[in-house]
Amino acid sequence: MGEHVRISHFRNHYELTRKNYMVKNLKRFRKQLEREAGKLEAAKCDFFPKTFEMPCEYHLFVEEFRKNPGITWIMKPVARSQGKGIFLFRRLKDIMDWKKGTAGKKLTSLEAQPARNTVNPSGSHDTRSSDDQKDEIPVENYVAQRYIENPYLIGGRKFDLRVYVLVMSYIPLRAWLYRDGFARFSNTRFTLNSIDDQYVHLTNVAVQKTSPDYHPKKGCKWMLQRFRQYLASKHGPEAVETLFSDMDNIFIRSLQSVQKVIISDKHCFELYGYDILIDQDLKPWLLEVNASPSLTASSQEDYELKTCLLEDTLHIVDMEARLTGREKRVGGFDLMWNDGPVSREEGGPDLSGMGNFVTNTHLGCVNDRKEQLRQLFRSLQGQKKTPN
Amino acid sequence: MTLTVLRSTRQGSWEKRILKSLNSMCTELSIPLARKRPVGEQKELLNKWNEMGTDEPDLSLFRPVYAPKDFLEVLINLRNPNYESGDSLSFRTHLGLIQVPLKVKDIPELKEFFVELGLTTGQLGIDDSTQVPPELFENEHVRIGQKVLTEQDSAAAQQYIRQGSPTALRAELWALILNISSHPEDILYYEQLKTNVIQHDLLVDSLIYKDVKLTASNDDYYFVFEDYLYQVLLCFSRDTSVLSHFAYNSASPPKSYIRGKLGLEEYAVFYPPNGVIPFHGFSMYVAPLCFLYHEPSKLYQIFREMYVRFFFRLHSISSHPSGIVSLCLLFETLLQTYLPQLFYHLREIGAQPLRISFKWMVRAFSGYLATDQLLLLWDRILGYNSLEILAVLAAAVFAFRAVNLMEVTSLAAAEAVLADLSTLKVMPLLQIFLFATVT
Repeated sequence: MGEHVRISHFRNHYELTRKNYMVKNLKRFRKQLEREAGKLEAAKCDFFPKTFEMPCEYHLFVEEFRKNPGITWIMKPVARSQGKGIFLFRRLKDIMDWKKGTAGKKLTSLEAQPARNTVNPSGSHDTRSSDDQKDEIPVENYVAQRYIENPYLIGGRKFDLRVYVLVMSYIPLRAWLYRDGFARFSNTRFTLNSIDDQYVHLTNVAVQKTSPDYHPKKGCKWMLQRFRQYLASKHGPEAVETLFSDMDNIFIRSLQSVQKVIISDKHCFELYGYDILIDQDLKPWLLEVNASPSLTASSQEDYELKTCLLEDTLHIVDMEARLTGREKRVGGFDLMWNDGPVSREEGGPDLSGMGNFVTNTHLGCVNDRKEQLRQLFRSLQGQKKTPN
Repeated sequence: MTLTVLRSTRQGSWEKRILKSLNSMCTELSIPLARKRPVGEQKELLNKWNEMGTDEPDLSLFRPVYAPKDFLEVLINLRNPNYESGDSLSFRTHLGLIQVPLKVKDIPELKEFFVELGLTTGQLGIDDSTQVPPELFENEHVRIGQKVLTEQDSAAAQQYIRQGSPTALRAELWALILNISSHPEDILYYEQLKTNVIQHDLLVDSLIYKDVKLTASNDDYYFVFEDYLYQVLLCFSRDTSVLSHFAYNSASPPKSYIRGKLGLEEYAVFYPPNGVIPFHGFSMYVAPLCFLYHEPSKLYQIFREMYVRFFFRLHSISSHPSGIVSLCLLFETLLQTYLPQLFYHLREIGAQPLRISFKWMVRAFSGYLATDQLLLLWDRILGYNSLEILAVLAAAVFAFRAVNLMEVTSLAAAEAVLADLSTLKVMPLLQIFLFATVT
């Protein structure tokens, strides 16, 4: 492949973006952190709700289920998007019924087989996997995840946050965070009584579009700036700072957990769409990471966000080789991690690990990207003219 | 120019028109002005109280009783029969739509009145922008705000808020200035209003529903608060304590008579009970408040107080300096005096500036400005206890877009230039217009 070629995906991004793999990688990373740095450090990885892969962890799931009677669980297919195939349940009976359906049939047949498809070192076909190939229906994996029952509500409605993270390389890890994003609202009021009402619980716009209440003009989205202001006027700026730095933690740790697994390639970069849910204690939870976040626009504002996002992504990819590589901000993107934390202040990262270190992220803050880009490119031009 | 003259002539006939419109809607649709709800319906409404927005009643036959532009036509036709055209030389040359010679401030007087908005005084909305280090103004201002709140000093709060309120302190500061505290009796009062709503259905309720659906629900930001709007506005229309504001309002509340007893005062009731008939866009007075207050009874009290102190002046005819007539005249005078070229040009092409700015002022800019900017503007309304800033801002907006407006050749094109105010920063606009323009 030529030097100049750039690819907008990493070959095995599913390690981060497929729910079952992400969970596995995060669990493994957490264990490692606990060994190396202790329980407190590992606890920083507790931002994903307890998840079990189906069918291989079915028995573990049942154990956890029995320990916590009455809580709600959500079943999600690992590889589908836009809210398809998801349902909520509280009773094991509900899974039994589901097992009996077509999805269930695959589940029972899979239960008899080992969890992962292991490649036979001799290269010969495993007899069982050839049986699989005879099976017409493609195998589908699910995860059962603890449903967050106390989501933060605005106007009585549930919402989730969509945040954009651009990863330019995994080794070393270089990640940028986009200042803009949005909160996606469910069209109906939140209540746990209506488990069957798929529309209440799933906030993807794709699902909302089919809800009978949906009015396309509304768009049901708030820009993150508005969301941040609303929270600040309700909880004060410190609480909001804490929430947003907890979210930074989610982005960094999730990327670190797959750092060694992702096939590194200097031609590759990837723009991820993170889905975050906030609960009533202002704790953020990671719902999932998307490698192909939707770039269709549901409103004028949305269109502007997405076109600027793409433009700034391409500025960072820098096919024109204009950047020096030492920039901490390009348009709406702030450099969040550069083989180590990046500080807002000038100078190197705070290695002493003591206070005063503020990460270089500005999620939901003012995005004066046009002005910044103008200044940036003007100064770059200036640098080119005066050879150093 | 006196209150009595305006009251007896135009306000009276305007009120008659509104009432006639309401009554005819009533007869056309064969819906009573009020009816008691059957028990089953009461229970249903109580269950759905927190999500009334999910209800989709058939509102297609309802129309708003009036819209701001109807009201503007009435104001344009206001005349003072006592006025002789020879009296005021300057007024004879007034080329705007308002033909009532009320006294309005000029820029030197406004500079004095709004002295805290001057160039040398720190402002939130300007001196808290990202380029300005917070040590210069913001930190100290926040500290003072916290002190004002600790001391619970209402007068100090009003003075303080002239320079804008920090986001985290705004809800409390407004409550302090408006003298709102949530005592048990206030919460009880709200609950009683709620019971009233549950038990009786008013025709006005459908108008409220329609207004919310048409305006706030379609707004990119306020749609989230749809349910709160019903909870506030339905209760508001039953609140007879609002009637007391008519004592200092030139308007009088519409009355309705028990069937068959038309004209007999002992059978008259105010309709709706609070005497306020909502018009198209009314719910936008409440929507920005949902950003600050989340507890229904508190939100209700704040809105009610804002209404009886300020908002009612925006849709009733009076000679008060904060009344809509004075605001329109102030706007037109500012424009004609300080931007004469623009004013004449717009007039020539049939785009009288007031036709465009009227809707902004009637709604106190709600729904036109970005929410954070709107709240900074309303800070100043509270701080100066006056709505005149709305007229000044309207003029400042025209001044800001003057270059583009000079190029247009039709009313529609002028409307297009001024259609989107969501990117405007109000404080710099006001400051430049009042303190930095060469007059």
